[in-house]
Amino acid sequence: MRDDDPRLPSSPGFWRSPLRGPWFTSVLGIVLLVGITLLFVTGLVSYAAYNPDLARVNDQTPDKGILGFYLFAWPTNPYWLYRVTQGLHVTLGITLIPVLLAKLWSVVPRLFALPPARSLAHALERISLLLLVGGGLFEFTTGVLNVQLDYVFPGSFYPLHFYGAWVFFAAFLAHAALKLPTAVRSLRRRREERGEPVSRAPEPGELVSPRPLPPTVSRRGALWFVGGASLLLLVTTAGQSIGGVLRRTALLAPHGGADPGGGPNGFQINKTAAYAGIDATETGEEAWRLVVTGRTGTVRLSRAELLRLPLHSSALPIACVEGWSTEDQWWRGVRLRDLAALVGYDGDPPDLFVESLQRRGAFRRAALRANQVADPRSLLALYVNGEALSPDHGRPARIIVPAAPGVLNTKWVARLTFGEL
Amino acid sequence: MRSRPALGSPLQILLLACSFALAGYAGVRLFAGDWRAVALWLVGAALLHDLVLLPLYAVADRAVVRALGAAGRRERTLYVRVPAALSGLLLLVWFPLITGMADRPYRSATGLSADGFLARWLLISAVLFAGSALLLALRGLRLRRATKRRRPVVH
Repeated sequence: MRDDDPRLPSSPGFWRSPLRGPWFTSVLGIVLLVGITLLFVTGLVSYAAYNPDLARVNDQTPDKGILGFYLFAWPTNPYWLYRVTQGLHVTLGITLIPVLLAKLWSVVPRLFALPPARSLAHALERISLLLLVGGGLFEFTTGVLNVQLDYVFPGSFYPLHFYGAWVFFAAFLAHAALKLPTAVRSLRRRREERGEPVSRAPEPGELVSPRPLPPTVSRRGALWFVGGASLLLLVTTAGQSIGGVLRRTALLAPHGGADPGGGPNGFQINKTAAYAGIDATETGEEAWRLVVTGRTGTVRLSRAELLRLPLHSSALPIACVEGWSTEDQWWRGVRLRDLAALVGYDGDPPDLFVESLQRRGAFRRAALRANQVADPRSLLALYVNGEALSPDHGRPARIIVPAAPGVLNTKWVARLTFGEL
Repeated sequence: MRSRPALGSPLQILLLACSFALAGYAGVRLFAGDWRAVALWLVGAALLHDLVLLPLYAVADRAVVRALGAAGRRERTLYVRVPAALSGLLLLVWFPLITGMADRPYRSATGLSADGFLARWLLISAVLFAGSALLLALRGLRLRRATKRRRPVVH
């Protein structure tokens, strides 16, 4: 029969690796079930952290419809919340890449299996698998490219990665529901047997090669190898989120290795002043004025006038959507709620609309929610670690809010508008 | 006689219909922009992986196994496969930084130099291959010692 010609990938005999089999695929599948669920949840959390339902400027996906059903007011406690959830999202995603590749390798004979469809249900399942594999690889690829600032994907990252995640997860849920019983069964059978499944007679349709080559490694050894590859990616990436001496161990991560500078302002930068198009003459002592608007009108403050207001300190990290973060930095400046009080919101700080001097960037205007403004640690910072802010960290003044994603900590602030958004 | 195409499990059809409904709802929004390019990326990612990347590394791996097998050293496969695969994996994940593709945006946005990535990747690869070679040498040494110790018994 033509289907059995081992020169064709549609024949089971074409696939010679002795590693393929239900146990190997099931172990990888269970790891991905847990890992990808965690990726999806931390991704949704990150989406909520932007407060997209607060104001149009925060919302990169205004057509989200019911996909934003779970949105909630992003809290300011614990102050390291976004640092952990987003560090986990990116680091875990990178760590899972070897598992994903191994899983796809383990089931690739299925891609070529004939007939293309045995039934309507089977045909639908194969279409769903295209969404699963294409969607999964799309999510991993856009994520990996975005953290390296390689914006080659077709459109803005936020809608692509967010809507792509839902397409992928829809197929992922169906796949998990259809395959989990098989996976659990094959793992349980293996535990009962306690034997090497290599020696078992080939079972048709169970991915086991009917004419395997002699093994160069056991299935267990292959799993150790996949785990080792994940570990290598983990230890060369995680340091960019953990910081301290471990940043040096993140050898290939975009914000690993050395800090951009020394001294109080030497910590990691998301976007430099040059990149954001900041003109030094606009931020100088003479030219720069902070415009604060609220219930009682508008106040214009020079840097010197701001410094005469009560100054407060808070130790907060910068945590980027790209997964990297800094350790806590000592910020010093004026509380946002004190600025609200200046324009008629004494004791009842409302939402806040922040505008930056920057020319470029999706978040040059951003909105903060009342709970973020009210937090006593939320500052319009003028100093960091005992020194005036450097141009790259937002001179003369920047927002710093506990647990908020990095881009909502607007730099080079020009205008603050308090009130209902 | 040719039978009618079977329906299959109705539960599975129902489940997949639900999945397609959700994927469709999100998909309409995903394709709202440049739908042709997005579709190309989505389908292209699957095709590129299944029809290019996977066959490439599978063929390379089989070539290594065959070459070592021809030299009678098949058991040494892992000493080549493991460092090569790990090095290739790091390149696959970090190629924009390693090749300098994203050099300009990276440099101007972060204030960091992108020069180190290629060197660091090469160094990590060198360490992986050197470590593998060291393990192989140690194994050879152990084997030789074991045979030497066994020799007096043969006498």
